[in-house]
Amino acid sequence: MTIHEIVSLVHGKILCGNVGNEDSVEYCFASDLMSDVLTVCRSDFMLITGLSNVQSIRTAEMSDLKYILLVRGKTPSPEMVELAEESGIVLIISPYSMFKASGILYQAGLKGVY
Amino acid sequence: MNLSFQIQGGDFTSAGTASSQVRRTLKELGVDASVIKRVVVALYEAEVNVVAHAYRGTISAEISPDKVFMKLVDEGPGITDIEKAMTPGFSTASQEVREMGFGAGMGLPNICRNADVFNIHSVPGKGTTVEITIQFK
Ligand SMILES: Nc1ncnc2c1ncn2[C@@H]1O[C@H](COP(=O)(O)OP(=O)(O)O)[C@@H](O)[C@H]1O
Ligand SMILES: [Mg+2]
Repeated sequence: MTIHEIVSLVHGKILCGNVGNEDSVEYCFASDLMSDVLTVCRSDFMLITGLSNVQSIRTAEMSDLKYILLVRGKTPSPEMVELAEESGIVLIISPYSMFKASGILYQAGLKGVY
Repeated sequence: MNLSFQIQGGDFTSAGTASSQVRRTLKELGVDASVIKRVVVALYEAEVNVVAHAYRGTISAEISPDKVFMKLVDEGPGITDIEKAMTPGFSTASQEVREMGFGAGMGLPNICRNADVFNIHSVPGKGTTVEITIQFK
């Protein structure tokens, strides 16, 4: 699914990072627990999280992820956006809850990591 | 090549800067992406442990052509029962640590899983030393 489709499905907004029309992702993992995210071996997934602090960006960086979807209408701090930009991470925000965003994206065809 | 860093206990904003630096260096050296991920995931969990559980510490990373050896030495409360601390789910983390997305007792087991060689020793009341070796292959 293309990133632009994802953004539109969750009524989201891209806060930073360059997203081309062809850029896409097939898998998702949703968690507020960063230790949990860090146990996932693969790197080709989008992180859906409600955790709005620099550690969610750091976790994506260490996990070699390209996309973070921050849910529940959280406004990331300037430090988070700056860190995401530095790490080449695309940060997307959505007003939807984790359950709702995940449900919509799953229904639209995004796959779970496990 | 040797890198070293100072870590301040409780400084959650900076937690991860050392791991980030090591990641950048390994990328520049052209190390395989899946190996880099194992290295920095292990190092990041260990770095967060120093921030979360100790007063202060140092990290050193010794990068050779075939492997990286990382050593984290901290001054802190230490660990009385290492076997218990290594048990998945065991955690003494504070609410503040949990709010940062850690503190589920998954760090040490994950470090161990990613490392080729993992050593931990601790002197209660003094501090903890963690050693991680990962081969590039
Ligand atoms: N550097 C350290 N200094 C003191 N205690 C530690 C240290 N690292 C780990 N521990 C202890 O081991 C427990 C388990 O660690 P870990 O598996 O990383 O889980 P978590 O950090 O989420 O609690 C911690 O809750 C803490 O009691
Ligand atoms: Mg930990």
